[in-house]
Amino acid sequence: MSADTDVEALRRQGRIVVVGASLAGLRAAETLREKGFTGSLTMIGDEPYEPYDRPPLSKQALLGRARPEDTALPRRRDIDAEWRLGVAAEGLDRDARQVRLANGDTVPYDRLLITTGTRARPWFHPEEAALDGVFVLRTRDDCARLHRKLTGGVSRVLVIGAGFTGSEVASVCRELGLEVTVVERGPAPLVGALGGVIGAVADRLQRKKGVDLRCGISVTALEGDDVGRLRRAHLSDGSAVDVEVAIVSLGAMRNTEWLAGSGVAAGARGIACDAGCRAFDVNGIVTDDIYAAGDVARSPHPLFDYQFLALEHWGNAVEQAEIAAHNMICSSPERRPHLWLPMFWSSQFGVNIKSVGVPSLGDQLVVTQGTLAEDRFVAVYGYRGRVIAAAAFDGAKWMGFYEQQIAAGAPFPPEYGTVDRRTGTLQAVDPGFPDPHLPTHGPTVTLTGHSPSERRVEFVPSHA
Amino acid sequence: MTPDTISARITDYANRADPYPLYAELRKTPVLREDDGTYLVSTYYEVRNLANDPRLSNDTRNRPSGYSRTADAEDTGLPPSFIFTDPPVHDRLRETINRPFGPPHSPRFLDGLRGELAKVVTELLDAFEGKDQVDIVEDFAYPLPVTAICKVLGVPREDEPRFHGWADALASSLDPQAGEEGQEKAQRARQELGAYLSDLIETKRRRPGPGILSTLAPDMTPADLEATAVLLLVAGHETTVNAITNTTLTLLRHPDVLDRFQKDPDLAVPLIEEVLRYEPPVQFVPWTTALADIDVAGTTIPKGSPVWLMLAAANRDPKRFMDPDRFDPHRKDNEHLGFYTGIHYCFGAPLARIELHLAVPELFRRVTFSRLLEDPPPYRANAVLRGPRHLPVAIEGLTA
Ligand SMILES: Cc1cc2nc3c(=O)[nH]c(=O)nc-3n(C[C@H](O)[C@H](O)[C@H](O)COP(=O)(O)OP(=O)(O)OC[C@H]3O[C@@H](n4cnc5c(N)ncnc54)[C@H](O)[C@@H]3O)c2cc1C
Repeated sequence: MSADTDVEALRRQGRIVVVGASLAGLRAAETLREKGFTGSLTMIGDEPYEPYDRPPLSKQALLGRARPEDTALPRRRDIDAEWRLGVAAEGLDRDARQVRLANGDTVPYDRLLITTGTRARPWFHPEEAALDGVFVLRTRDDCARLHRKLTGGVSRVLVIGAGFTGSEVASVCRELGLEVTVVERGPAPLVGALGGVIGAVADRLQRKKGVDLRCGISVTALEGDDVGRLRRAHLSDGSAVDVEVAIVSLGAMRNTEWLAGSGVAAGARGIACDAGCRAFDVNGIVTDDIYAAGDVARSPHPLFDYQFLALEHWGNAVEQAEIAAHNMICSSPERRPHLWLPMFWSSQFGVNIKSVGVPSLGDQLVVTQGTLAEDRFVAVYGYRGRVIAAAAFDGAKWMGFYEQQIAAGAPFPPEYGTVDRRTGTLQAVDPGFPDPHLPTHGPTVTLTGHSPSERRVEFVPSHA
Repeated sequence: MTPDTISARITDYANRADPYPLYAELRKTPVLREDDGTYLVSTYYEVRNLANDPRLSNDTRNRPSGYSRTADAEDTGLPPSFIFTDPPVHDRLRETINRPFGPPHSPRFLDGLRGELAKVVTELLDAFEGKDQVDIVEDFAYPLPVTAICKVLGVPREDEPRFHGWADALASSLDPQAGEEGQEKAQRARQELGAYLSDLIETKRRRPGPGILSTLAPDMTPADLEATAVLLLVAGHETTVNAITNTTLTLLRHPDVLDRFQKDPDLAVPLIEEVLRYEPPVQFVPWTTALADIDVAGTTIPKGSPVWLMLAAANRDPKRFMDPDRFDPHRKDNEHLGFYTGIHYCFGAPLARIELHLAVPELFRRVTFSRLLEDPPPYRANAVLRGPRHLPVAIEGLTA
């Protein structure tokens, strides 16, 4: 079935295949049924589990407040799908409109939705990565294993990388009463996502909570004993830390390898798609039967100079999935753009962190409410004279307001009075993002591609 | 306030029983300017956004002189209670108070009250035995929240009648039409209640007992704790009473829903939420002030203007709720503003929900109603904390 022809037939008896049975995949499937799709629906996922939620894996579940197996995503409705779990998609034949599975099966489709997300970036040295005691944290199983280890009588834990996941893990370790060393190559925790000014607050917070934090340093090697158990980590400053557990938190890699040779514009930075979630082919021509959503997708956002944004955000995955599902089964005039305003939250060291917009695009920053000194504030990021993002420590309730300011392209710096504004004039400072050519870990946003206007922002992500 | 303005009509007692046509009229101008420079905001999204707007202050001291302030603000020798403060003071107070009250520090405190409160419900209903007529307010809806808030604070139950009058005077002063006399009465009540609480807190400090006053005594200045206790007492008195009464009234007016509810007690959860949308116990919040020029729906509210957020009008905004004047316990996506929103979201909401869920299903399980004896019932004077003063009903019987 080709574009727009017989959308009705597609809705009634089309075949829709979703590859990647997690958050985005599930929400898309639910939306399809919600919108009246009655054809066949196949959910393909390489994990053996039904869709579950990842944010608790580095928070409550790791702490032991919830069991990793109890993180199944609540269902909004019955989706009446054929589930192919525990089997990976291995290839895509666009001409035959088939997905090839690792077990040799092929699954035909009229519309394909790709939600294969990301996986944890492994430790760069495979032998060291294989040592007993070296962990990553992305899946339910990762979480269960790590929780068992952390509560099994270890003394010191090493966290490699102080992005959001690494910082959350460090926070959990402290709550479990464990000694923890965090090694971060950048100048401060969270620096890639929020910049050095806010990073300094995270830095102080971590130290106050007893983290042995070492910034501007990298781990050069992990050393094991003769039976393959992790014993020691060597650092770039020549020092070493004795540890039995290391959690590698170096960001994520997009699961696009299975699309190699398929002709879809899929690469290390994700699957390029238009604002309507339709994937591009390698020629930059939009397909009409292949869609992408969630962590694996990157799409242009008008509010951010039409930059292709790839967002590793829970809320983005949900909304993009809903838009993709809607667009898959309607004719082109009814299609909707995915214009979600990036939003991300985290909780660590007793603080709730929330950001909206794209902080890493910011060239200036002001604190509009509260103060950095109290670890409770709202900081607003400016980009060429307009508000582009905001981040709050324990100020999440205000973020809706700043979201509107961003959406409205409000002028920066903001001049208005607010509750809890501490100074008469707002002092704009450099937000302190590291030189984009220097590697840091864990930015939640990667900006790539070129703007259609001549304004272009070069941002070279560390590990794309 | 000049007569005949829409806010005057809303506060006019004549419209108390059914203010909803006025609210509908109000919504035609989502941001309405009164002659005295007060702005009334009545549509859902606008109210919600403003309630979450950092440019809006709850501290009435930010109003230019000449506008009404609250009894809370001055002259009582007490600092403002946290509902009338902005961050950072607000956040610090609210957080401190939340520690003994709710999660994460005290996840089981409220739950632990269930047993005792359920007993109170049972006793109150047992007393219906042999009667063919009761007043839902006096005989049921009022005593329960009072007991609850006394338990929360650790106030001896036998002292309750003494602050009944104080609480009434204070609640009335929230009403914009209270006038000078009302404000003076409220000031006096606040001082007397303050003195009572000051003694009580001193006692708790020396001999800690159950309730959060004891827990909080070491962490707060006596003045802050007093102001907080006054607030919680008033809020605990007036709002839940109205919520329970409104629910009863609404159900008796909708026999079809009542019938469904009696067959399916699980309906209690969405039903109670729907009452909070349909007949919110706090109808509007008249004490906020703009700290900057704020553009709302094509109108600029100038810095310094008093702003009224019309929760009950917003709760029936057809742009947000389908068929909003219909009472529909099966309503989906019912994000009402009955408990407000933003940093001042009702502190007592979890307690109120517990009380409602203990009271309402049990009331309708045990009591066989025959009819409302007065409809509409007589209302309290208060336009803000709106609710029936009495709700006389005829009953046919009581099951065990
Ligand atoms: C520990 C952790 C904490 C987080 N905390 C937060 C937070 O606090 N706030 C926030 O906003 N976001 C958070 N996130 C991010 C959020 O979880 C993601 O944005 C979200 O899970 C993305 O959903 P998705 O469906 O796009 O991708 P994923 O959840 O990555 O799902 C992709 C699925 O596809 C499967 N798959 C991959 N390749 C194939 C294949 N070839 N064939 C079949 N299946 C395949 C994968 O195994 C996976 O199950 C966190 C993530 C992690 C890991």
